[in-house]
Amino acid sequence: MRGISIGFPGVKALSAVDFRLFPGEVHALMGENGAGKSTLIKTLTGVHTHNTGEIRLDGAQVSFTGPGQAQEAGIATVYQEVNLCANLSVAENILLGREPRRFGRIDGKATRARAAELLARIGLAIDPGSTLGSHPIAVQQLVAIARALTVDARVLVLDEPTSSLDAEEVAELFRILRVLRDDGVAILFVSHFLDQVYEISDRMTVLRNGRLVGEWRTEELDRMALVSAMIGRELGALAEVERRGERHSPGADVVLRAEGVGRAGAIAPFDLDLHAGEVVGLAGLLGSGRTELARLLFGADRADTGRLVVGGTPVRVRGPRSLIARGVAFSSEDRKADGLVADLTIRDNLVLALQAARGWARPIPRRTADALVAEFIGKLDIRPADPDAVIGTLSGGNQQKVLLARWLVTRPKVLILDEPTRGIDVGAKAQIQKVVADLAADGMAVVFISAELEEVVRVSDRVVVLRDRRVVGELRGGEVTVDAVMTRIAAHPEPTAVAG
Amino acid sequence: MSANRLLWPLAALAALIVLNVVVTPSFLELRFQDGHLFGSTVDILRNGAPTLLIALGMTLVIATRGIDLSVGAIAAIAAAVACTHIASGGDAITAMLLALGLSALLGVWNGFLVTVVGIQPIIATLVLMIAGRGLAMLLTEGQIITVSDDLYSQVGAGFLVLPIAILISLAALAGVALLTRRTALGMLIEAVGVNPEASRLAGVRSRTIVWTVYVFIAVCSGVAGLMISSNVNSADANNIGLWIEMDAILAVVIGGTSLAGGRYSLVGTLIGALVIQTLTTTVYTIGVPPNVTLVFKAVVVIAVCLLQSPRSAALLRRPARAEEVAAR
Repeated sequence: MRGISIGFPGVKALSAVDFRLFPGEVHALMGENGAGKSTLIKTLTGVHTHNTGEIRLDGAQVSFTGPGQAQEAGIATVYQEVNLCANLSVAENILLGREPRRFGRIDGKATRARAAELLARIGLAIDPGSTLGSHPIAVQQLVAIARALTVDARVLVLDEPTSSLDAEEVAELFRILRVLRDDGVAILFVSHFLDQVYEISDRMTVLRNGRLVGEWRTEELDRMALVSAMIGRELGALAEVERRGERHSPGADVVLRAEGVGRAGAIAPFDLDLHAGEVVGLAGLLGSGRTELARLLFGADRADTGRLVVGGTPVRVRGPRSLIARGVAFSSEDRKADGLVADLTIRDNLVLALQAARGWARPIPRRTADALVAEFIGKLDIRPADPDAVIGTLSGGNQQKVLLARWLVTRPKVLILDEPTRGIDVGAKAQIQKVVADLAADGMAVVFISAELEEVVRVSDRVVVLRDRRVVGELRGGEVTVDAVMTRIAAHPEPTAVAG
Repeated sequence: MSANRLLWPLAALAALIVLNVVVTPSFLELRFQDGHLFGSTVDILRNGAPTLLIALGMTLVIATRGIDLSVGAIAAIAAAVACTHIASGGDAITAMLLALGLSALLGVWNGFLVTVVGIQPIIATLVLMIAGRGLAMLLTEGQIITVSDDLYSQVGAGFLVLPIAILISLAALAGVALLTRRTALGMLIEAVGVNPEASRLAGVRSRTIVWTVYVFIAVCSGVAGLMISSNVNSADANNIGLWIEMDAILAVVIGGTSLAGGRYSLVGTLIGALVIQTLTTTVYTIGVPPNVTLVFKAVVVIAVCLLQSPRSAALLRRPARAEEVAAR
């Protein structure tokens, strides 16, 4: 692929990106969220059409107008979510749409035989006649790969294939990928797990903000360099960002303590103490378990292990209400899906949590509600300053401020903010950061999550670093620098895995 | 905004009334006799009372993103319970309390399937829509139970100047309006309907709210069943409340509450129920052959819904504006 540019209305998703893929190699495509990985893959597989540039397959220029054409040309894709029919048999899934036919009817026997052949090629010993849904997700994923092979794929694209697999299953997947690679298949691999990328890939291409950062052989690019390439900061050249005031050392009061809290497939058991008056940042790449950790602290998801202790007493977690009652508040990263009640007004959205805590029978008196709403519209500079404006019509930054206010009116002791500044303009961002600092100064414990390391470093007194769904370290006081956080994120698992 | 949304249903209602006056000039006439009001419009109110009552519950259910198809079956069960009890010598009050108690229980069952088991409301209530008729048949042993009890026949056929049935429905409407708008219930119901996950994370007891709403509509259906059966002094398990779920859902939709949940309008539902009932009456008075009445109804409903949709509103707006200017 040469000089690929793609534009969507209002956005330029990719600009002049070159990408090479050789037969018999595993090539990792790396980049942070929004870097353009998915867009590039979708261009390659014919989902999107490129505006400029060209795609050459075996030297011949090709142009796909749909996924079907790309498949016929030998480019097969396995997506993150298994896109198969759980109610059909393994064989039917593998050959769906390409079943061997006899007298115009599907030849069941031949279908099973062909499927068995393909399963044998990837060394998967399951009965082709069994129902797909009866197998674990990992096996289904492998079946999806077997399906990709039916087209005699010369290019196999794997988008986040390991996100729902455990270590053994990943090993099995990698074994199969190596077999395919040695057969001369070109494999494009996307994953957020650095360890896996280093284990399997031969070559890497890094994208950032829709542009090509570079292409390296895997052994030439160490983890540190990879992380800097992805994040876009040169090590050492990082100016230490300005900070308001001193970093607090944690006080004596533990407001919330997590003891061995964990959830299979989401985050490994961790311990965490939150002290009154401190801001704890959670740093890590996308998919490192930041959000999962935060959701467990709030009871939004159920923990498999461990317990939460708030203000000295253990909490029996039966859902978010259990923690809300103890003064814990959580603002989710997905504003639209988990935060806004889009059709309701600023007033209704702002008092929702407080009203929910009071119960339906004790409405907040209109005058009190109006006073609260007016107070926070002023304090947080929410625009428009009209309590009756429907929240869905506000800008992202103002919506975020209303959601922040929704919790502030409940006067929480612990405030968990997951990506409170994502997708909002610089001015609103600075306002929210200032509010966080002020709240901590008033004695609130704040958990602050952001994909932007500079931001985490700027607002946090203490930073907990996550990688590959586990807590891998903690930095406090003077140690909190972008360099230090990046070093932890990029560190090999052996020396630091025990540090968490 | 909300006044605007009610414009088309009101226009439809007015058009239907005009059509009726043209066909039957005495349509709007009211006679006062023996302390009762008589007239076609009073009949419409009386016959529309059960639909209005169920549509009221349906408004709240739909606001939580749900739907209840079992209302007709619950009405039939309530009627069957009340009539069998009276026919076997019981008094009317006990009979009605028994019927409403069972209705509430059926609502608990629907709510359980929706909130605890997590079945989609349309499927969860379909269960009782089908099975409920069977249960009613079981109670009446397949017979049409006729009763003669003065107190019982008051519910559907009695008058206190206006028909008692419509007074009950209007009182329920006023009660619900007060309850949901004076407390936080209305806002919480809307929040759950618009975004269930955001509401859960904000600490709203969404399960309790949704469950309560299903119990409420079941009780409404029970009362509606009593009205229908008391009006004819009998319980016919096959026909009481037949297709009333459709009328109730249509009333809610015509009233401007979106099936996607969220903002709801009780006044809209009132107008919607009146449109539906006037339409039914109109079909009879203008002499549409009975075998095509459902088609006729469908045409009117589609017209109203299309007129309300944002896209057709945009289409209509341009010429409408020009007219407004010309009128000034």
